Amino acid sequence: MGAATETFYSVIRRQGITRRSFHKFCSLTATSLGLGPLAASRIANALETKPRIPVIWMHGLECTCCSESFIRSAHPLVKDAVLSMISLDYDDTIMAAAGHQAEAILEETRAKYKGQYILAVEGNPPLNEGGMFCIDGGKPFVEKLKLMAEDAMAIIAWGACASWGCVQAAKPNPTQATPIDKVITNKPIIKVPGCPPIAEVMTGVITYILTFGKLPELDRQGRPKMFYSQRIHDKCYRRSHFDAGQFVEEWDDESARKGYCLYKMGCKGPTTYNACSTVRWNGGVSFPIQSGHGCIGCSEDGFWDKGSFYDRLTTIKQFGIEKNADQIGMVAAGAVGAAVVAHAAVTAVKRLATKREDATQDT
Amino acid sequence: MGIQTPNGFKLDNSGKRIVVDPVTRIEGHLRVEVNVDSDNVIRNAVSTGTMWRGIETILKGRDPRDAWAFTERICGVCTGTHALTSVRAVENALGIMIPDNANSIRNIMQLCLQVHDHLVHFYHLHALDWVDVVSALKADPKATSALAQSISSWPLSSPGYFKDLQIRLRKFVESGQLGPFKNGYWGHTAYKLPPEANLMAVAHYLEALDFQKEIVKIHTIYGGKNPHPNWLVGGVPCAINVDGTGAVGAINMERLNLVSSIIDRSLEFVQQVYLPDVAAIGSFYKDWLYGGGLSGKSVMSYGDIPENANDYSDKSLKLPRGVILNGNLNEVLPIDNGDPEQIQEFVVHSWYKYPDETRGLHPWDGVTEPNYQLGPNAKGTKTDIKAVDEGGKYSWIKAPRWRGNAVEVGPLARYIIGYAQNKPEFKEPTEKLLKTLGLPVTALFSTLGRTAARALECEWAAHELRYFQDKLVARIKAGDSSTANVDKWKPESWPKEAKGYGFTEAPRGALGHWIKIKDTKIDNYQCVVPTTWNGSPRDPKGNIGAFEASLMDTPMADPEKPLEILRTIHSFDPCLACSTHVMSPDGQEMAAVKVR
Repeated sequence: MGAATETFYSVIRRQGITRRSFHKFCSLTATSLGLGPLAASRIANALETKPRIPVIWMHGLECTCCSESFIRSAHPLVKDAVLSMISLDYDDTIMAAAGHQAEAILEETRAKYKGQYILAVEGNPPLNEGGMFCIDGGKPFVEKLKLMAEDAMAIIAWGACASWGCVQAAKPNPTQATPIDKVITNKPIIKVPGCPPIAEVMTGVITYILTFGKLPELDRQGRPKMFYSQRIHDKCYRRSHFDAGQFVEEWDDESARKGYCLYKMGCKGPTTYNACSTVRWNGGVSFPIQSGHGCIGCSEDGFWDKGSFYDRLTTIKQFGIEKNADQIGMVAAGAVGAAVVAHAAVTAVKRLATKREDATQDT
Repeated sequence: MGIQTPNGFKLDNSGKRIVVDPVTRIEGHLRVEVNVDSDNVIRNAVSTGTMWRGIETILKGRDPRDAWAFTERICGVCTGTHALTSVRAVENALGIMIPDNANSIRNIMQLCLQVHDHLVHFYHLHALDWVDVVSALKADPKATSALAQSISSWPLSSPGYFKDLQIRLRKFVESGQLGPFKNGYWGHTAYKLPPEANLMAVAHYLEALDFQKEIVKIHTIYGGKNPHPNWLVGGVPCAINVDGTGAVGAINMERLNLVSSIIDRSLEFVQQVYLPDVAAIGSFYKDWLYGGGLSGKSVMSYGDIPENANDYSDKSLKLPRGVILNGNLNEVLPIDNGDPEQIQEFVVHSWYKYPDETRGLHPWDGVTEPNYQLGPNAKGTKTDIKAVDEGGKYSWIKAPRWRGNAVEVGPLARYIIGYAQNKPEFKEPTEKLLKTLGLPVTALFSTLGRTAARALECEWAAHELRYFQDKLVARIKAGDSSTANVDKWKPESWPKEAKGYGFTEAPRGALGHWIKIKDTKIDNYQCVVPTTWNGSPRDPKGNIGAFEASLMDTPMADPEKPLEILRTIHSFDPCLACSTHVMSPDGQEMAAVKVR
């Protein structure tokens, strides 16, 4: 309860962050904003004295599934995140104020917390029709987005919309819906893809920043490595059935009831980077494959335009040596011995090759 | 100057113009403009949908079996309801019959959404229109406890509980960082609750925030995740296996028990927290019976929750189906979603173009060509709108009409129709609540009525959850584990051309999808959604839609602080991403126009 009056600085000190690391974080932030050393000390001063870090959460073209997912977080509870960890000063979906009282908060935040607020973006700006396919306060959403990005300390792209474009950017993308890193090009953006992202991944990214006093390590595509560096398939609990060549052939067949691999039903787990098979959904209750449907690949760029969700993946690159997984299944069903041995050997080699990488990721 | 609309409202736009943009605590982007007279009473209302995404265009040429996933992404708040409507439309077009267990599981998922959505809407999107958070600091925790215990047996009600909460709230407010409560209309004279009721409501705001994440685990179990669970044409993707090997990968006893326990806890929360809160808050606002709008005149419900698999007739549907026009509760008119004369969309005041804008088009023949332009009396520019001109085009929402009539949809519409049909499960709880509040039946036609109907429906849905879960278990016990029909899964088994429709009652009201399939691909896809009905602009005859009608004649205490507007608009639970999704690229027609 007392956390409500704690400063950002005291929160991270309590987590064991040194004063030195804290100042390093502040100067990195200042640098990323293109500001000088004076700004770094101003930022440090603000974080030491301001209780909670302001978060501005904006909505472009989207369906609000990211906000809905966020409030599902079991640890931390979203109540505690909002009351004690961050100061969610603007979020059109839940804020009390509307109209110009709401708009005023944006101006105030830019002036008062320059370089000290997190900008979280759900959805994306459409660029056709002068941006007026998404109007906010009578103006194109893209203007408001660029304005708030200018003075943000860090930017989070929530979900597939902000990260990649998602459904409204699927062909032919009639509104020219555009991922935010195409309109905000001068600063790093943390992409948290998924349609929506997993709740605990969302709160995990925010609390990582608050706990460790730095931005999470990102992969080449801008995604936090801690949640997005492994394929669903790598950690799928049905993986042993894939390896054994045991597949669901038809919905609700005997194999479906036994929980066999959904690869032949179009599962995109082998090509999708996300934490679904490890963190799972809604407090770890299940994830799509566990509930009988293949992964549709919703955290991957352009997943809407890669054929039907029920089309079988024809190439799985990491299993190139085996030609493709389908053949393994067929062989395994017939002459079990040789194929399984061969496959096991290949799998072992693959594991060795990726061991070092895995070791760092799993810690 | 006053104008009389055909549907009975007197509009006068001569007074001061008030603009609310963005309207917050809704899904998506909405703008509302009103004119108030010298007494600050609303005499003209204009609602503008301000976003638009083009999902139906994107669907063209795709596999119909994928459509549920695309349309599900129309809305992440009413997640799943578009997907259900979509699989029903495809099954209707292709003549696919689903197994009884799939029907039960789909109903459970749809009812789970109703319970979750209504609860979150009341506490997190609507309550702050009635509850003054800052006033809660002045409450006496002991008196709050006494109040809470007088209306409910909910255990979290001790003086210490409310005292702790108040301390936390005080620290939060005194930090100077009000977060989502910043710049709220605290202290506004339209707030009527005593501090104790405010403190109790704030406690329940937080409890509901904790609890809502439990309800949706039902979606996670049957659909793998929430938001946006998975669906399947022909049934449901989850298999049932309560006996054999590998039952961990299917619906087994542990999963059934988990669903069952969530249903029990949900019903408990609704009965011991949500309903008593609505009755208690309602008792302080029963003099504020504005906001009725179209509800006392014309309402519509498609009906939903089929008792029998594949039977979408009035008799099988547990939520009522029909239309009431001009306040005539003695006659509930039948709906045919496939009749081109019944459901039509108009665009004369929408940012689209028709060859003949005096006429409406049935969704199967829908034309969607964007035409963004402001009317001659608009203020500002095309990319900096100061005021729209409702005499011209002013919204990304089309204007759907039933036989030419603007209608209201949603929980209140469903309850009015159920009441008119003398269905005891709708009539009795309504009468009981009215009696508790000492209000006549006409009080239903109000903002408060909309909010109350949603709460009553939440309880109804929780009971139905139990019913269908028990039904599912009974069938499994009888030896039926079937969850999908794959006879027509393969596109080779489909006719060269087919068309169909599917409908549901989304939490916000009547939802319909219309599909045309040609050569195994989607040839045309149209959705007409609840907020398109409720948030519609004017039609060629000048009829105003439900949002606009509901704001008429409401007095505002302070037009600079539009609490009354928010209160009434929120009572519809608007979903703008749903309502404004139609478009064709480059001005191409999506389907040939039938000349009738």
